[in-house]
Amino acid sequence: MPQLTCQNLTLGYEGKTVVSGLSFIVNEGDYLCIVGENGSGKSTLMKTILKLKTPMSGQLVIGDGLTQNEIGYLPQQTVVQKDFPASVREVVRSGCLNRCGLRPFYSKAEKQMAEDNMEKLGIALLAGRCYRELSGGQQQRVLLARALCATRKILLLDEPVAGLDPKATAEMYALIKKLNDSGITIIMISHDIIASVKYASHILHIGGQSPLFFGTKAEYLESDAGLIYAGLGGDQA
Amino acid sequence: MIGLMAKLARYFQYPFVRYAIIVGILIALCSSLLGVTLVLKRFSFIGDGLSHVAFGAMAVAAVLNLTNDFFLVLPVTVICAVLLLRTGQNTKIKGDAAIAMISVGALAIGYLIINLFSTSSNITGDVCATLFGSTSILTLTMTEVRLCAVMSVLVVAVFLLFYHKIFAVTFDEDFATATGTKANTYNLILAVIIAVIIVLAMNLVGSLLISALVIFPTLSAMRVFKSFRAVILCSAIGSVICAALGILISIVAGTPVGSTIVAVDIVGFALFSLVGFLTRRY
Repeated sequence: MPQLTCQNLTLGYEGKTVVSGLSFIVNEGDYLCIVGENGSGKSTLMKTILKLKTPMSGQLVIGDGLTQNEIGYLPQQTVVQKDFPASVREVVRSGCLNRCGLRPFYSKAEKQMAEDNMEKLGIALLAGRCYRELSGGQQQRVLLARALCATRKILLLDEPVAGLDPKATAEMYALIKKLNDSGITIIMISHDIIASVKYASHILHIGGQSPLFFGTKAEYLESDAGLIYAGLGGDQA
Repeated sequence: MIGLMAKLARYFQYPFVRYAIIVGILIALCSSLLGVTLVLKRFSFIGDGLSHVAFGAMAVAAVLNLTNDFFLVLPVTVICAVLLLRTGQNTKIKGDAAIAMISVGALAIGYLIINLFSTSSNITGDVCATLFGSTSILTLTMTEVRLCAVMSVLVVAVFLLFYHKIFAVTFDEDFATATGTKANTYNLILAVIIAVIIVLAMNLVGSLLISALVIFPTLSAMRVFKSFRAVILCSAIGSVICAALGILISIVAGTPVGSTIVAVDIVGFALFSLVGFLTRRY
Protein backbone atom coordinates (compact mmCIF):
# COMPACT_ATOMS: atom_id res chain seq x y z
CA MET A 1 0.00 0.00 0.00
CA PRO A 2 1.35 3.46 -0.86
CA GLN A 3 2.24 5.89 1.92
CA LEU A 4 0.10 8.52 0.29
CA THR A 5 -2.76 8.17 -2.18
CA CYS A 6 -4.52 11.15 -3.72
CA GLN A 7 -7.63 10.51 -5.74
CA ASN A 8 -9.33 13.12 -7.85
CA LEU A 9 -8.43 15.88 -5.45
CA THR A 10 -9.85 19.38 -5.92
CA LEU A 11 -8.13 22.17 -4.01
CA GLY A 12 -8.91 25.84 -3.63
CA TYR A 13 -9.52 28.87 -1.46
CA GLU A 14 -12.92 30.17 -0.39
CA GLY A 15 -14.86 28.32 -3.04
CA LYS A 16 -12.46 29.15 -5.86
CA THR A 17 -10.87 26.12 -7.44
CA VAL A 18 -7.10 26.22 -7.90
CA VAL A 19 -6.42 22.63 -8.94
CA SER A 20 -8.81 19.86 -9.81
CA GLY A 21 -8.60 16.23 -10.84
CA LEU A 22 -5.36 15.65 -8.98
CA SER A 23 -4.44 11.95 -8.63
CA PHE A 24 -1.10 10.53 -7.63
CA ILE A 25 0.52 8.04 -5.28
CA VAL A 26 3.69 8.12 -3.23
CA ASN A 27 5.43 4.91 -2.21
CA GLU A 28 8.05 4.42 0.46
CA GLY A 29 11.44 5.65 -0.68
CA ASP A 30 10.08 7.77 -3.54
CA TYR A 31 11.50 11.20 -4.30
CA LEU A 32 8.58 13.20 -5.66
CA CYS A 33 9.04 16.71 -6.97
CA ILE A 34 5.96 18.88 -7.33
CA VAL A 35 6.66 21.54 -9.93
CA GLY A 36 4.49 24.24 -11.42
CA GLU A 37 4.15 27.97 -11.74
CA ASN A 38 3.34 30.42 -8.95
CA GLY A 39 -0.29 30.14 -7.95
CA SER A 40 -0.67 26.69 -9.48
CA GLY A 41 -1.60 25.25 -6.09
CA LYS A 42 1.66 23.65 -5.00
CA SER A 43 1.62 25.09 -1.50
CA THR A 44 -2.11 24.43 -1.16
CA LEU A 45 -1.46 20.80 -2.04
CA MET A 46 1.25 20.55 0.57
CA LYS A 47 -0.96 22.10 3.23
CA THR A 48 -3.66 19.61 2.31
CA ILE A 49 -1.28 16.69 2.70
CA LEU A 50 -0.40 18.06 6.15
CA LYS A 51 -4.10 18.39 7.01
CA LEU A 52 -3.70 22.12 7.55
CA LYS A 53 -6.40 22.52 4.90
CA THR A 54 -9.27 20.32 3.83
CA PRO A 55 -9.68 19.47 0.14
CA MET A 56 -12.80 20.76 -1.64
CA SER A 57 -13.44 17.29 -2.94
CA GLY A 58 -11.61 14.04 -3.55
CA GLN A 59 -9.67 11.79 -1.24
CA LEU A 60 -6.29 11.81 0.39
CA VAL A 61 -5.36 8.59 2.17
CA ILE A 62 -2.31 7.95 4.30
CA GLY A 63 -1.21 4.33 4.52
CA ASP A 64 1.68 1.91 4.86
CA GLY A 65 1.92 2.34 8.63
CA LEU A 66 2.30 6.11 8.33
CA THR A 67 0.34 8.27 10.75
CA GLN A 68 -0.51 11.93 10.28
CA ASN A 69 1.86 12.97 13.07
CA GLU A 70 4.81 11.32 11.42
CA ILE A 71 5.06 13.63 8.46
CA GLY A 72 8.14 15.80 8.76
CA TYR A 73 7.67 19.25 7.32
CA LEU A 74 10.14 21.87 6.18
CA PRO A 75 8.08 25.02 5.79
CA GLN A 76 9.13 28.23 4.15
CA GLN A 77 10.54 30.69 6.63
CA THR A 78 8.08 33.01 8.28
CA VAL A 79 8.48 36.65 9.26
CA VAL A 80 8.20 35.75 12.92
CA GLN A 81 11.32 33.60 12.74
CA LYS A 82 13.51 36.43 11.46
CA ASP A 83 13.96 37.99 14.90
CA PHE A 84 13.04 35.03 17.06
CA PRO A 85 15.46 34.47 19.91
CA ALA A 86 15.97 30.73 19.93
CA SER A 87 19.03 28.54 20.05
CA VAL A 88 19.53 25.92 17.36
CA ARG A 89 19.11 23.19 19.95
CA GLU A 90 15.76 24.57 21.09
CA VAL A 91 14.46 24.66 17.54
CA VAL A 92 15.61 21.15 16.68
CA ARG A 93 14.21 19.71 19.89
CA SER A 94 10.80 21.18 19.18
CA GLY A 95 10.52 18.59 16.41
CA CYS A 96 10.25 15.91 19.10
CA LEU A 97 7.10 17.44 20.51
CA ASN A 98 4.78 15.04 18.70
CA ARG A 99 6.26 12.19 20.71
CA CYS A 100 5.65 13.90 24.03
CA GLY A 101 1.87 13.85 24.15
CA LEU A 102 0.88 15.45 27.42
CA ARG A 103 4.31 15.02 28.99
CA PRO A 104 5.57 18.56 29.61
CA PHE A 105 9.29 17.94 29.10
CA TYR A 106 11.55 16.10 26.67
CA SER A 107 12.88 12.69 27.61
CA LYS A 108 16.55 11.75 27.47
CA ALA A 109 15.98 9.72 24.31
CA GLU A 110 14.34 12.68 22.59
CA LYS A 111 17.17 15.02 23.54
CA GLN A 112 19.64 12.46 22.22
CA MET A 113 17.69 12.20 18.98
CA ALA A 114 17.94 15.96 18.54
CA GLU A 115 21.72 15.76 19.05
CA ASP A 116 21.98 12.86 16.57
CA ASN A 117 20.04 14.71 13.92
CA MET A 118 22.15 17.83 14.35
CA GLU A 119 25.22 15.63 13.95
CA LYS A 120 23.76 14.02 10.85
CA LEU A 121 23.15 17.38 9.18
CA GLY A 122 26.48 18.83 10.18
CA ILE A 123 25.18 21.50 12.53
CA ALA A 124 26.26 19.95 15.84
CA LEU A 125 28.78 22.75 16.35
CA LEU A 126 26.05 25.35 15.95
CA ALA A 127 23.82 23.87 18.68
CA GLY A 128 24.25 26.76 21.09
CA ARG A 129 24.10 29.50 18.47
CA CYS A 130 21.16 31.78 17.91
CA TYR A 131 18.93 30.67 15.05
CA ARG A 132 18.39 34.14 13.59
CA GLU A 133 22.13 34.78 13.28
CA LEU A 134 22.78 31.80 11.01
CA SER A 135 23.11 31.90 7.25
CA GLY A 136 20.15 30.88 5.10
CA GLY A 137 21.66 27.47 4.36
CA GLN A 138 22.38 26.80 8.01
CA GLN A 139 18.86 27.82 8.98
CA GLN A 140 17.42 25.37 6.47
CA ARG A 141 19.58 22.61 7.95
CA VAL A 142 18.27 23.44 11.40
CA LEU A 143 14.67 23.21 10.20
CA LEU A 144 15.51 19.99 8.38
CA ALA A 145 16.97 18.54 11.57
CA ARG A 146 13.77 19.53 13.35
CA ALA A 147 11.70 17.80 10.67
CA LEU A 148 13.84 14.68 11.07
CA CYS A 149 13.04 14.67 14.77
CA ALA A 150 9.37 14.53 13.87
CA THR A 151 9.66 11.71 11.35
CA ARG A 152 11.70 8.75 10.23
CA LYS A 153 9.60 8.03 7.19
CA ILE A 154 8.53 10.97 5.08
CA LEU A 155 9.62 14.56 4.59
CA LEU A 156 7.66 17.35 2.95
CA LEU A 157 9.86 20.18 1.76
CA ASP A 158 8.43 23.51 0.67
CA GLU A 159 10.99 25.11 -1.65
CA PRO A 160 13.96 24.15 0.49
CA VAL A 161 16.47 26.09 -1.58
CA ALA A 162 14.53 29.36 -1.84
CA GLY A 163 16.89 32.23 -1.17
CA LEU A 164 20.04 30.10 -0.91
CA ASP A 165 23.21 30.84 -2.83
CA PRO A 166 24.41 28.29 -5.42
CA LYS A 167 26.81 26.54 -3.07
CA ALA A 168 24.27 26.22 -0.28
CA THR A 169 21.69 25.10 -2.83
CA ALA A 170 23.94 22.29 -4.08
CA GLU A 171 24.71 21.22 -0.52
CA MET A 172 21.02 21.22 0.36
CA TYR A 173 20.14 19.04 -2.65
CA ALA A 174 22.94 16.63 -1.80
CA LEU A 175 21.72 16.42 1.78
CA ILE A 176 18.15 15.71 0.71
CA LYS A 177 19.41 13.06 -1.69
CA LYS A 178 21.37 11.45 1.12
CA LEU A 179 18.28 11.34 3.32
CA ASN A 180 16.31 9.83 0.47
CA ASP A 181 19.00 7.17 -0.04
CA SER A 182 18.70 6.27 3.64
CA GLY A 183 15.08 5.32 3.01
CA ILE A 184 13.13 8.48 3.80
CA THR A 185 10.40 9.37 1.34
CA ILE A 186 10.77 12.90 -0.02
CA ILE A 187 8.03 15.15 -1.35
CA MET A 188 9.46 18.46 -2.48
CA ILE A 189 7.92 21.59 -3.92
CA SER A 190 10.32 23.22 -6.31
CA HIS A 191 10.66 25.95 -8.89
CA ASP A 192 13.86 24.42 -10.06
CA ILE A 193 12.88 21.98 -12.81
CA ILE A 194 16.46 21.10 -13.74
CA ALA A 195 17.34 20.04 -10.21
CA SER A 196 14.00 18.27 -9.89
CA VAL A 197 14.70 16.23 -12.98
CA LYS A 198 18.20 15.51 -11.75
CA TYR A 199 17.29 14.20 -8.30
CA ALA A 200 13.66 13.10 -8.28
CA SER A 201 12.29 9.66 -9.01
CA HIS A 202 8.81 10.99 -9.74
CA ILE A 203 7.47 14.30 -10.99
CA LEU A 204 4.10 15.89 -10.43
CA HIS A 205 3.62 18.90 -12.67
CA ILE A 206 0.55 20.94 -11.83
CA GLY A 207 -0.84 24.08 -13.37
CA GLY A 208 -4.02 25.47 -14.78
CA GLN A 209 -7.18 23.57 -14.06
CA SER A 210 -5.80 20.08 -14.48
CA PRO A 211 -2.56 18.39 -13.57
CA LEU A 212 -0.28 18.41 -16.55
CA PHE A 213 1.66 15.36 -15.58
CA PHE A 214 2.30 12.69 -12.98
CA GLY A 215 4.77 9.83 -13.45
CA THR A 216 8.36 8.80 -13.17
CA LYS A 217 11.18 11.07 -14.18
CA ALA A 218 11.89 9.13 -17.37
CA GLU A 219 8.26 9.40 -18.42
CA TYR A 220 8.27 13.10 -17.63
CA LEU A 221 11.19 13.80 -19.91
CA GLU A 222 9.26 12.14 -22.75
CA SER A 223 5.98 13.95 -22.00
CA ASP A 224 4.70 17.16 -23.57
CA ALA A 225 5.04 19.14 -20.34
CA GLY A 226 8.49 17.72 -19.74
CA LEU A 227 9.66 18.52 -23.25
CA ILE A 228 8.49 22.10 -22.93
CA TYR A 229 9.64 22.88 -19.40
CA ALA A 230 12.68 20.68 -18.89
CA GLY A 231 13.77 21.40 -22.45
CA LEU A 232 13.36 25.10 -21.88
CA GLY A 233 15.36 24.84 -18.71
CA GLY A 234 18.04 22.93 -20.56
CA ASP A 235 18.51 25.77 -23.00
CA GLN A 236 19.01 28.23 -20.22
CA ALA A 237 21.56 26.04 -18.49
CA MET B 1 21.41 56.28 52.71
CA ILE B 2 20.76 55.11 56.25
CA GLY B 3 17.91 57.57 56.46
CA LEU B 4 16.45 56.08 53.31
CA MET B 5 16.70 52.56 54.66
CA ALA B 6 15.06 53.62 57.89
CA LYS B 7 12.30 55.28 55.92
CA LEU B 8 11.72 52.13 53.89
CA ALA B 9 11.80 49.98 57.02
CA ARG B 10 9.16 52.22 58.53
CA TYR B 11 6.98 51.91 55.44
CA PHE B 12 7.32 48.15 55.45
CA GLN B 13 5.63 48.00 58.80
CA TYR B 14 2.37 48.88 57.07
CA PRO B 15 0.61 45.85 55.64
CA PHE B 16 -0.63 47.77 52.60
CA VAL B 17 2.94 48.44 51.51
CA ARG B 18 3.81 44.77 51.82
CA TYR B 19 0.67 43.81 49.89
CA ALA B 20 1.53 46.27 47.16
CA ILE B 21 5.03 44.85 46.78
CA ILE B 22 3.78 41.25 46.69
CA VAL B 23 1.04 41.91 44.14
CA GLY B 24 3.29 44.13 42.05
CA ILE B 25 5.98 41.48 41.82
CA LEU B 26 3.51 38.71 40.98
CA ILE B 27 1.91 40.71 38.19
CA ALA B 28 5.26 41.77 36.79
CA LEU B 29 6.35 38.13 36.75
CA CYS B 30 3.25 36.85 34.97
CA SER B 31 3.06 39.60 32.38
CA SER B 32 6.73 39.25 31.46
CA LEU B 33 6.40 35.48 31.00
CA LEU B 34 3.67 35.94 28.45
CA GLY B 35 5.18 39.07 27.00
CA VAL B 36 7.80 37.05 25.17
CA THR B 37 5.21 35.02 23.30
CA LEU B 38 3.03 38.03 22.59
CA VAL B 39 5.82 40.19 21.24
CA LEU B 40 7.12 37.38 19.05
CA LYS B 41 3.67 36.59 17.73
CA ARG B 42 3.27 40.25 16.81
CA PHE B 43 0.60 40.76 19.41
CA SER B 44 2.42 43.45 21.39
CA PHE B 45 -0.63 45.61 21.40
CA ILE B 46 -3.05 43.01 22.65
CA GLY B 47 -2.28 44.16 26.18
CA ASP B 48 -3.42 47.61 25.27
CA GLY B 49 -6.52 46.42 23.46
CA LEU B 50 -7.61 44.04 26.18
CA SER B 51 -7.01 46.52 28.95
CA HIS B 52 -9.33 48.94 27.21
CA VAL B 53 -11.91 46.19 26.99
CA ALA B 54 -11.46 45.63 30.70
CA PHE B 55 -11.88 49.36 31.19
CA GLY B 56 -15.17 49.29 29.27
CA ALA B 57 -16.36 46.33 31.31
CA MET B 58 -15.41 48.12 34.51
CA ALA B 59 -17.44 51.12 33.43
CA VAL B 60 -20.45 48.92 32.88
CA ALA B 61 -19.89 47.23 36.21
CA ALA B 62 -19.66 50.61 37.94
CA VAL B 63 -22.91 51.76 36.38
CA LEU B 64 -24.64 48.52 37.34
CA ASN B 65 -23.36 49.10 40.87
CA LEU B 66 -21.79 45.67 41.12
CA THR B 67 -20.00 45.23 44.40
CA ASN B 68 -17.29 43.09 42.84
CA ASP B 69 -16.66 44.01 39.22
CA PHE B 70 -14.13 41.20 38.85
CA PHE B 71 -16.78 38.69 37.85
CA LEU B 72 -17.99 40.82 34.97
CA VAL B 73 -14.64 42.18 33.84
CA LEU B 74 -12.80 38.86 33.67
CA PRO B 75 -15.25 36.91 31.46
CA VAL B 76 -15.67 39.83 29.06
CA THR B 77 -11.90 40.23 28.72
CA VAL B 78 -11.39 36.51 28.26
CA ILE B 79 -13.94 36.41 25.46
CA CYS B 80 -12.31 39.33 23.69
CA ALA B 81 -8.86 37.79 24.07
CA VAL B 82 -10.06 34.56 22.50
CA LEU B 83 -11.67 36.45 19.63
CA LEU B 84 -8.55 38.52 19.02
CA LEU B 85 -6.10 35.62 19.01
CA ARG B 86 -8.45 33.66 16.80
CA THR B 87 -8.26 36.33 14.13
CA GLY B 88 -4.69 35.28 13.44
CA GLN B 89 -5.28 33.58 10.12
CA ASN B 90 -8.55 33.44 8.29
CA THR B 91 -10.49 36.58 8.92
CA LYS B 92 -11.39 39.62 6.93
CA ILE B 93 -10.06 41.97 9.62
CA LYS B 94 -6.41 41.27 10.39
CA GLY B 95 -4.87 41.00 13.84
CA ASP B 96 -3.56 44.52 14.33
CA ALA B 97 -6.66 46.17 12.89
CA ALA B 98 -8.93 43.99 15.02
CA ILE B 99 -7.00 44.93 18.15
CA ALA B 100 -7.11 48.62 17.29
CA MET B 101 -10.84 48.42 16.63
CA ILE B 102 -11.72 46.65 19.85
CA SER B 103 -9.32 48.79 21.84
CA VAL B 104 -10.62 52.16 20.69
CA GLY B 105 -14.22 50.98 20.62
CA ALA B 106 -14.20 49.66 24.17
CA LEU B 107 -12.47 52.78 25.45
CA ALA B 108 -15.00 55.08 23.83
CA ILE B 109 -18.04 53.10 24.93
CA GLY B 110 -16.66 52.77 28.44
CA TYR B 111 -16.12 56.51 28.76
CA LEU B 112 -19.51 57.21 27.22
CA ILE B 113 -21.27 54.95 29.70
CA ILE B 114 -19.47 56.44 32.66
CA ASN B 115 -20.37 59.93 31.51
CA LEU B 116 -24.01 59.14 30.90
CA PHE B 117 -24.82 57.08 33.93
CA SER B 118 -22.21 57.64 36.57
CA THR B 119 -23.38 58.80 39.97
CA SER B 120 -19.91 59.87 41.00
CA SER B 121 -19.15 63.57 41.15
CA ASN B 122 -15.55 63.14 40.05
CA ILE B 123 -15.80 61.49 36.64
CA THR B 124 -12.47 62.67 35.33
CA GLY B 125 -10.77 61.46 38.46
CA ASP B 126 -12.40 58.04 38.18
CA VAL B 127 -11.47 57.62 34.54
CA CYS B 128 -7.94 58.80 35.12
CA ALA B 129 -7.55 56.33 37.96
CA THR B 130 -8.74 53.41 35.85
CA LEU B 131 -6.55 54.34 32.92
CA PHE B 132 -3.34 55.25 34.66
CA GLY B 133 -3.60 53.12 37.75
CA SER B 134 -4.56 54.84 40.92
CA THR B 135 -3.34 54.38 44.40
CA SER B 136 -5.58 51.32 44.39
CA ILE B 137 -2.56 49.08 44.68
CA LEU B 138 -1.99 50.71 48.03
CA THR B 139 -5.52 49.93 49.16
CA LEU B 140 -5.49 46.20 48.43
CA THR B 141 -7.24 43.93 50.86
CA MET B 142 -5.99 40.57 52.06
CA THR B 143 -8.58 38.81 49.88
CA GLU B 144 -7.36 40.56 46.76
CA VAL B 145 -3.78 39.68 47.54
CA ARG B 146 -4.78 36.02 47.97
CA LEU B 147 -6.75 36.04 44.73
CA CYS B 148 -3.81 37.54 42.90
CA ALA B 149 -1.40 35.01 44.41
CA VAL B 150 -3.58 32.06 43.40
CA MET B 151 -3.99 33.38 39.86
CA SER B 152 -0.28 33.99 39.51
CA VAL B 153 0.58 30.51 40.68
CA LEU B 154 -1.89 29.14 38.13
CA VAL B 155 -0.40 31.23 35.34
CA VAL B 156 3.16 30.23 36.14
CA ALA B 157 2.18 26.57 36.49
CA VAL B 158 0.39 26.50 33.14
CA PHE B 159 3.30 28.27 31.54
CA LEU B 160 5.86 25.80 32.89
CA LEU B 161 3.70 22.80 32.01
CA PHE B 162 3.24 23.93 28.42
CA TYR B 163 6.57 25.67 27.99
CA HIS B 164 7.80 23.54 25.09
CA LYS B 165 4.44 23.59 23.37
CA ILE B 166 4.21 27.35 23.69
CA PHE B 167 7.68 27.61 22.18
CA ALA B 168 6.75 25.38 19.24
CA VAL B 169 3.47 27.13 18.57
CA THR B 170 5.11 30.54 18.75
CA PHE B 171 8.07 29.66 16.59
CA ASP B 172 6.22 27.86 13.83
CA GLU B 173 2.50 27.29 14.10
CA ASP B 174 2.23 25.41 10.80
CA PHE B 175 4.93 22.92 11.68
CA ALA B 176 3.48 22.38 15.13
CA THR B 177 0.01 21.76 13.73
CA ALA B 178 1.30 19.52 10.96
CA THR B 179 3.14 17.30 13.41
CA GLY B 180 0.15 16.93 15.66
CA THR B 181 0.42 19.69 18.26
CA LYS B 182 -2.96 21.26 18.77
CA ALA B 183 -1.95 24.85 18.10
CA ASN B 184 -5.49 26.15 18.47
CA THR B 185 -5.81 24.72 21.95
CA TYR B 186 -2.60 26.37 23.04
CA ASN B 187 -3.60 29.66 21.48
CA LEU B 188 -6.81 29.44 23.47
CA ILE B 189 -4.93 28.72 26.69
CA LEU B 190 -2.64 31.67 25.98
CA ALA B 191 -5.62 33.95 25.34
CA VAL B 192 -7.25 33.02 28.63
CA ILE B 193 -4.05 33.50 30.61
CA ILE B 194 -3.42 36.87 28.99
CA ALA B 195 -6.91 38.05 29.87
CA VAL B 196 -6.47 36.96 33.48
CA ILE B 197 -3.16 38.77 33.76
CA ILE B 198 -4.55 41.96 32.28
CA VAL B 199 -7.49 42.06 34.60
CA LEU B 200 -5.12 41.52 37.51
CA ALA B 201 -2.64 44.07 36.24
CA MET B 202 -5.25 46.80 35.91
CA ASN B 203 -5.14 47.12 39.69
CA LEU B 204 -1.47 47.84 39.54
CA VAL B 205 -0.69 50.08 36.63
CA GLY B 206 -4.07 50.85 35.11
CA SER B 207 -5.11 49.92 31.63
CA LEU B 208 -2.92 52.29 29.62
CA LEU B 209 0.33 51.09 31.05
CA ILE B 210 -0.23 47.35 30.93
CA SER B 211 1.36 47.12 27.52
CA ALA B 212 4.55 48.44 29.05
CA LEU B 213 4.66 45.58 31.54
CA VAL B 214 4.18 43.10 28.73
CA ILE B 215 6.59 44.60 26.21
CA PHE B 216 9.51 46.24 28.00
CA PRO B 217 11.00 43.27 29.88
CA THR B 218 10.79 41.12 26.75
CA LEU B 219 12.38 43.65 24.44
CA SER B 220 15.09 44.36 27.00
CA ALA B 221 15.91 40.66 27.30
CA MET B 222 15.89 40.21 23.53
CA ARG B 223 18.59 42.89 23.19
CA VAL B 224 21.07 40.71 25.01
CA PHE B 225 20.02 37.06 25.06
CA LYS B 226 19.73 34.69 22.15
CA SER B 227 17.90 31.61 23.28
CA PHE B 228 14.23 31.37 24.14
CA ARG B 229 14.87 30.11 27.65
CA ALA B 230 17.41 32.82 28.46
CA VAL B 231 15.08 35.51 27.14
CA ILE B 232 12.18 34.24 29.24
CA LEU B 233 14.28 33.94 32.38
CA CYS B 234 15.87 37.33 31.90
CA SER B 235 12.63 39.10 31.17
CA ALA B 236 10.96 37.52 34.20
CA ILE B 237 13.79 38.47 36.54
CA GLY B 238 14.21 41.91 35.00
CA SER B 239 10.52 42.61 35.21
CA VAL B 240 10.34 41.63 38.87
CA ILE B 241 13.34 43.80 39.73
CA CYS B 242 11.94 46.78 37.83
CA ALA B 243 8.53 46.42 39.45
CA ALA B 244 9.99 46.17 42.94
CA LEU B 245 12.25 49.15 42.34
CA GLY B 246 9.42 51.14 40.82
CA ILE B 247 7.11 50.54 43.77
CA LEU B 248 9.83 51.39 46.30
CA ILE B 249 10.69 54.60 44.49
CA SER B 250 7.06 55.59 44.20
CA ILE B 251 6.53 55.04 47.92
CA VAL B 252 9.59 57.01 48.92
CA ALA B 253 9.22 59.78 46.35
CA GLY B 254 5.43 59.89 46.39
CA THR B 255 5.13 59.41 42.61
CA PRO B 256 2.28 57.50 40.89
CA VAL B 257 2.99 53.78 41.11
CA GLY B 258 2.20 52.73 37.54
CA SER B 259 4.15 55.39 35.73
CA THR B 260 7.11 54.98 38.06
CA ILE B 261 7.32 51.26 37.28
CA VAL B 262 7.18 51.97 33.56
CA ALA B 263 9.85 54.64 33.92
CA VAL B 264 12.10 52.10 35.62
CA ASP B 265 11.32 49.64 32.80
CA ILE B 266 12.40 52.23 30.26
CA VAL B 267 15.69 52.77 32.07
CA GLY B 268 16.14 48.99 32.12
CA PHE B 269 15.54 48.83 28.39
CA ALA B 270 18.14 51.53 27.79
CA LEU B 271 20.67 49.63 29.89
CA PHE B 272 20.04 46.35 28.10
CA SER B 273 20.25 48.04 24.71
CA LEU B 274 23.62 49.42 25.69
CA VAL B 275 24.85 46.01 26.85
CA GLY B 276 23.51 44.40 23.68
CA PHE B 277 25.24 47.01 21.55
CA LEU B 278 28.56 46.59 23.34
CA THR B 279 28.56 42.79 23.28
CA ARG B 280 27.60 42.60 19.63
CA ARG B 281 30.86 44.27 18.66
CA TYR B 282 32.81 41.30 20.02
